[in-house]
Amino acid sequence: MNRGRWRGWVLDASGALVLLYLFLPIFVIVLYSFNRPEGRFNFVWKSFSLDAWRDPFRFAPLVDAMKLSLKVASISTAVATIFGTMIALALCRYKFRGSGAVGLLLVLPLTTPEVVLGSSLLSLFLDLNAHMGFTTIVIAHIMFSVSYVALTVRARIRGFDWTLEEAAMDLGATPWRVIRKVTLPLIAPGIVAAAMLSFALSLDDFVITLFNSGSDVTYPLYVYGARRAAYPPQINVLATTILVMSLLLLGVTVLWQQRRLRQALVTPGP
Amino acid sequence: MAGTAAGGARWNPLAPYLLLAPGVLWLVVFFVVPIATLAHTSISGQGVPWWDGYARSFSAYGSFLLRSFRFSLFATVVALLLGYPLAYVMAFRAGRFKNFLLGLVILPFFTTFLVRTFAWKTILNDGGPIVGLLVWLHLLPQDGRLLNTNWAVIGGLTYNFLPFMILPIYVSLEKIDRRLTEAAQDLYSGPGRAFRKVVFPLSLPGVFAGSLLTFIPASGDFINAELLGSPNQRMVGTVIQNQFLQVHDYPLAAALSFVLMTIISIAVIAYARVLGTEELA
Repeated sequence: MNRGRWRGWVLDASGALVLLYLFLPIFVIVLYSFNRPEGRFNFVWKSFSLDAWRDPFRFAPLVDAMKLSLKVASISTAVATIFGTMIALALCRYKFRGSGAVGLLLVLPLTTPEVVLGSSLLSLFLDLNAHMGFTTIVIAHIMFSVSYVALTVRARIRGFDWTLEEAAMDLGATPWRVIRKVTLPLIAPGIVAAAMLSFALSLDDFVITLFNSGSDVTYPLYVYGARRAAYPPQINVLATTILVMSLLLLGVTVLWQQRRLRQALVTPGP
Repeated sequence: MAGTAAGGARWNPLAPYLLLAPGVLWLVVFFVVPIATLAHTSISGQGVPWWDGYARSFSAYGSFLLRSFRFSLFATVVALLLGYPLAYVMAFRAGRFKNFLLGLVILPFFTTFLVRTFAWKTILNDGGPIVGLLVWLHLLPQDGRLLNTNWAVIGGLTYNFLPFMILPIYVSLEKIDRRLTEAAQDLYSGPGRAFRKVVFPLSLPGVFAGSLLTFIPASGDFINAELLGSPNQRMVGTVIQNQFLQVHDYPLAAALSFVLMTIISIAVIAYARVLGTEELA
């Protein structure tokens, strides 16, 4: 008994330490957004200050990079969410020849190192003599996001009761109306989760973007370049803002889904 | 009207293919075709035999390849040792805090990967609290440092991919039927043996998926080596990036990419054989 309790205590403590390890850099990122660094690099704590928070848009290139990243993430998420959801629907709804191959095609990009994905896409663009920049970045981001979206949506909608669609059609609904009124509401939570994941991945991607950006600079590319010239606390301010916004968004989504669940329980039927 | 077996029986038999077309086409054109282009680039050096890029990959950059796999293997083992206990606590001991802990594990994903790695630079800095503590404990010499060492790079790699280790293990532990663990406790009269004989074997698919999701990206990573290491810690990703974007020696860079991919595939197959699981996740 005593030994068992001791064992449990060690387990819990080691779990807590690992969580601390995961949490430490995030704490440092937030903390150093309040630093007034000596010199151009915000790597050593000097004194507490709100300067960076009062003037978050002080560095125009950083703001431009953030704008470009948001634009890339919006477009690639929109396209990848549509394409990925369509693939997930095809895989869950139909039995057809080649579904195994499609499943493999979805997993392969996730098990290929990013440096290989980036360099192979670059060698294609070089062969085609393509102009590297916004378009090539968006193409690359859609490529890696489609897999994530398709797998996420598929995981969420596996085992759904598709007879609801049959029922709607028996009641005389057109296929388009069935999709709008039955299918989409059913799979909406999965799509929202996948779109959020896709947006976050795009905003965060560095390696693949580095290979295919030409002279355009996204937010992660700006941060990478900052190690040479200057690393202002405004970078931490933006990172903290992204963190807080994602947490808020996550909270709102969780609440929304709980409400949907309650409504579904209160009013039977869609 | 006749045709498909699943729910969409009354729909056009072409429907699944129409749904697949845009996404699959995109993946074929921008993932499969580029890999073929990469293969072609790797054997198209001017005025040299076709295998020149590959020969130079091993002769000039073999040490980088070796270091990459050594570091990523090390990081995978450390991530497994750190991640398994946390996944276990989350699955079996967290009770109603389960989802909260899950949220904490994915929290790092909400901050930019690069900014996180820069934060490690801050944490491990010379004269920082961690270096100070280690010197005080005599684990580091007076002028010792953590930045620009193998430890910093391996620590950074472990950190970056740890959630990818924890989540699959957690999922596989979570799926285990509680009645099974209770029966095992009775049968083997003790939590230690019950764990070895029942829980751990059942979590192997998670261990397998988690190890791959850590090892594969870690072996191609170059950010941690660039930001936390010195030129002595450079990994093969740096060379590929450098040859492609600065030196423009495309055949060599493409050959290196290919060698990296091939070695990873061989390692994955060997690992699958050892663990006896062919299933991913």
